[in-house]
Amino acid sequence: MSGEISNKDRMQIPIQDMPEQEPAVRVRNFTEVPTGYPEVYALTESKRCLDGCKAPCIKGCPVGIDIPAFIKKIEERDFIGAARSLKKYNLLPAICGRVCPQQDQCELVCVVAKKGASVAIGRLERFAADYERMSGLIEIPEMAPPTGRKIAIVGSGPAGLTGASELARLGHKVTIFEALHRPGGVLVYGIPRFRLPIDVIDTEIEMLKKMGVEIICNAVIGKTLTVDDLFAEGYEAVLIGTGAGLPYFMNIPGENLCGIYSANEFLTRVNLMRADLFPESLTPVFLGKRVAIIGAGDTAMDAARTSARLKPEKVTVYYRRSREEAPCLPREMEHAEQEGVGFKFLTNPVRFIGDDNYFVNGMQCIKMELGEPDASGRRSPKPIPGSEFIEEIDTVVMALGFGVNPIIKETTPGLETNKKGIIIVDPATGKTSREGVYAAGDIITGGATVIKAMGQAKVASKAIHEYILSKSTRVTA
Amino acid sequence: MSYKIMEKVELAPNTVMMQVHAPLATRKMQPGQFIIVRVTPNGERIPLSISGWDMNKGTVRIIVQAVGRTSAELINLRVGDSLTDVVGPLGQPSHLDKYGTCVLIGGGYGTGAIIPIAKDLKARGNKVIGIIGARTKELVLMENELRTICDKVEVSTNDGSQGVKGLVTDVLTEILKQEPVHMVTAIGPVPMMKAVSEMTRPLNIKTYVSLNAIMVDGTGMCGSCRVEVGGTTKFACIDGPDFDGHQVNFGELVNRQKMYIPYEKKAMELHLCKEKNL
Repeated sequence: MSGEISNKDRMQIPIQDMPEQEPAVRVRNFTEVPTGYPEVYALTESKRCLDGCKAPCIKGCPVGIDIPAFIKKIEERDFIGAARSLKKYNLLPAICGRVCPQQDQCELVCVVAKKGASVAIGRLERFAADYERMSGLIEIPEMAPPTGRKIAIVGSGPAGLTGASELARLGHKVTIFEALHRPGGVLVYGIPRFRLPIDVIDTEIEMLKKMGVEIICNAVIGKTLTVDDLFAEGYEAVLIGTGAGLPYFMNIPGENLCGIYSANEFLTRVNLMRADLFPESLTPVFLGKRVAIIGAGDTAMDAARTSARLKPEKVTVYYRRSREEAPCLPREMEHAEQEGVGFKFLTNPVRFIGDDNYFVNGMQCIKMELGEPDASGRRSPKPIPGSEFIEEIDTVVMALGFGVNPIIKETTPGLETNKKGIIIVDPATGKTSREGVYAAGDIITGGATVIKAMGQAKVASKAIHEYILSKSTRVTA
Repeated sequence: MSYKIMEKVELAPNTVMMQVHAPLATRKMQPGQFIIVRVTPNGERIPLSISGWDMNKGTVRIIVQAVGRTSAELINLRVGDSLTDVVGPLGQPSHLDKYGTCVLIGGGYGTGAIIPIAKDLKARGNKVIGIIGARTKELVLMENELRTICDKVEVSTNDGSQGVKGLVTDVLTEILKQEPVHMVTAIGPVPMMKAVSEMTRPLNIKTYVSLNAIMVDGTGMCGSCRVEVGGTTKFACIDGPDFDGHQVNFGELVNRQKMYIPYEKKAMELHLCKEKNL
């Protein structure tokens, strides 16, 4: 049937834009900005994927999704089939369809992109996953018979959820330990709900529970129990997926003034604790009239767009390099600009100025210029002497990247880490220096993407499965 | 998981002792650590000092004074009610060692937190002297229990209704005249901890204070609790809560503690309205 359309005709179809809430409307709410493909858009977009293509997109995907296969299912109107095809490779397609940097992965290498816009793989992934979820036809995946082997997973973010699902499907008894009062990790405390609605995450978590995964919240591994305690309790392997949660500050004068937040704190207060609903929700967030966001990564865009929804007069992003070097997803910067967020590039804060009540009311900045490329390949910014100026601001959100949390490292003897505290693993297996301990996600990279964490969790889960099977059969008590 | 209140005793007006069922939190608990609780499903996460725990019963003991909306809701709970969340233990344990003579100073409900530290220091062979400070006699907390642990307990009240009339530092001055002191720990209101630290600084007596900074996650993720110690920024949740009192920038701590006062007032007004309408 699909053969009826020639590839030449397929190439003629323009990319289907995804409908979005109007900027003026969406800055007054926290509901999702892109509203998803209607069926007809998805059908049209699916026809843009070429028949008999060598599918370089599959290699571009960190979890190796058979992309042409799921898109073909959409074209055949088998939307549920498309979702199930996705789930063979990626248990969380509704999440990845929304937050993956597709333009640097599958869509970057798409054959169609050579002569125009790439196939909108991410939008189609989201469409199929949403269709399945909203139709209520989500099925528990096929599960192997119970092995009776216990595996502990530390952290319930992208790596933890993926590992839990992979290992549960292989028949193991999986328990997730989560430090916060609610599972989801960065998907819940970090990524705003206008980018990733909470019910998308909750659906995935409910599915894991149906698969027999136990989730214990309020358990900080390294404090409440150590990794060694988990082994003593009969867990035969531990997968660490605790992420990179430690905020960086700039170590410049005045940084501890009131009104200066780390992006983590600001986003956690709003996303997890619902400070946007204060006082119905009891956690407050201080937001003045002029908000400065420092940094231009995805987290900075999340903070800027979250601020914009809390009705300040002005939100401005300050970034020490130029627009071209900004590490955020281009679509997120575009969204921020549409929502009225201003940008000051080649500008870096050097100190903060406070009022009599110890609240920040000014930020001294210096102009920057770009010099030679640095280790990251980006041109390194240098301050221009004498170019200092003062900005009147009353709220600052520092979005400068993250370090890894030292709690597990400090309490797990023999667990090798590098100088930054990043757990050292064999990339082919996720195996750490401790027998039976594996790690995945930002804790082994220092900070990457949701999909990379999921890819690493899949690798580690496979290795854990093999490790468990290679061990002599469990001694039954 | 149900974090049920197993016991509740009113110690003073607006101040209660509670035993909360939180077995997981007790497993590795050590003196000086803290827990974070949420009282209701829409509640904020607040850190609370621990004043004891029982691993067999799986209970954590807390002393709570109603100072804001969340603590007011907490002390209104009854035996059999449950908290929404309890997580812990968090933070580093106190600096427990064999020092010689230790003076442990508790101000107000901070007295609860010195009890497990006193027990531990005593078990390590230290001479332990307790000082309890309060505004008035009715607000002197945990005195009898502390007397069963310490070699000596002194009380100061602002109005002189019990013990020495004055401040804990007045009592400390007397003790320092009488015998050598090798370590001081002060837990209570910031002005008290600051005054104690100022007093011991010229005498070069190791002094620890427990900082009650504002926190959200309590695991090092947010940086809300950052405080300047010895010229560098520390996180009270993972580096503390105990710090060298001679190194702490108390002025900054006080200022940062006031960050949400207007919000706290608003939340409290709403709470009082609700109570009125009941």
